[in-house]
Amino acid sequence: MLKSFADYIVFTIIGLVPGSRLGEALDFFIYDTLKIFLLLTTIIYVVAIIRTSFPPEKTKRMLSHKREYIGNVLAALLGIVTPFCSCSAVPLFIGFVESGVPLGVTFSFLISSPMVNEVALIMLWGLFGWKIALIYVGTGLVVAIVAGIVIGKLKMEKYVQDYVWEMQVGNAEIVPLNFREKLGYAHEYTLELLKKIWPYVIVGVGLGAFIHGFVPQDFLARWAGPDNPFAVPIAVALGVPLYSNAAGVIPIIHALMEKGMAIGTVLAFMMAVTALSLPEAIILKNVLKNRLLLTFFGIVATAIICVGYLFNALL
Amino acid sequence: MKIEILGTGCSKCKSLYENTKKAVEESGKDAEIIKVEEIPKIMAYGVMSTPALVIDGQVKFSGKVASIGEIMGLLP
Repeated sequence: MLKSFADYIVFTIIGLVPGSRLGEALDFFIYDTLKIFLLLTTIIYVVAIIRTSFPPEKTKRMLSHKREYIGNVLAALLGIVTPFCSCSAVPLFIGFVESGVPLGVTFSFLISSPMVNEVALIMLWGLFGWKIALIYVGTGLVVAIVAGIVIGKLKMEKYVQDYVWEMQVGNAEIVPLNFREKLGYAHEYTLELLKKIWPYVIVGVGLGAFIHGFVPQDFLARWAGPDNPFAVPIAVALGVPLYSNAAGVIPIIHALMEKGMAIGTVLAFMMAVTALSLPEAIILKNVLKNRLLLTFFGIVATAIICVGYLFNALL
Repeated sequence: MKIEILGTGCSKCKSLYENTKKAVEESGKDAEIIKVEEIPKIMAYGVMSTPALVIDGQVKFSGKVASIGEIMGLLP
């Protein structure tokens, strides 16, 4: 239905010729933009309602004094539903470790929460289909669980800033929301998020449409195809500075995949964009000493690169 | 009445501060509004997602920017 609407606008109203480069690019742009905004609005709203039942204070209680492995799995899963903003990373981290959440379990949460987020999921589902979206969620959880376990095993508690352990943490009595308040929260959250990401979506889909219409087929196969062993690490390195623009980056990668970028490289790039970010590193530096911060980045980057190679070999 | 806005200075904390100021003005009530940006003070309230609103030492909500109307409803 959306497709015929886009066709109608481009080929009937504007009068471009079907099959022409400009016509196809514009058609692709209108169709993708409509589809993504429709998906974003509905799913962000639903996710926001679910999230109101998982405030971080509750997640903290569920994870406190959990053992390794079970704790890591639970933390990665809770990372999906607990709202997280990198601006609250410091109070969240202190609240977790102070209430007895093991360090490795805390990291499983900190990795999964930004990586397996609803915007990335919707964009992947809308553009790549549900299979790729599920693979992304599954491997994202595995990366978060494994990296958290490894950090836990390394016993790096002494590389947390000393003041964190001395902090006195109070117990806030957060009053649970009633259903009407939950809907109100979801409404505001959806509007706020859409307001923030819509320019990235438009620019991203626009660039994607341009690549779709004007860049020759298999253009990237030589550089970013499965045969180039350097493609995955380069994609991960490029993903680090592109923080928070998952909404804009995914449409571009989608078009690049059509031109021959391998699927594992695509997944690794996406994960690097969402999970490894410079602003987050700067914020986390308030609570982590350099050694732990570098270890965290190193382990997550390595895990993501492995995911990239694995899916390039498998699919 | 003492109102505290907890937050480490992100843009959301600023909008919550502005909304709170307007809510107090509109309600005509007498209140002192303070920005609390120090992590130990924020943690002392047990708040894990910012911004948060505290009225007379009691955490009213955390992790969102409430509207002016909503804040007016919370004022005693």
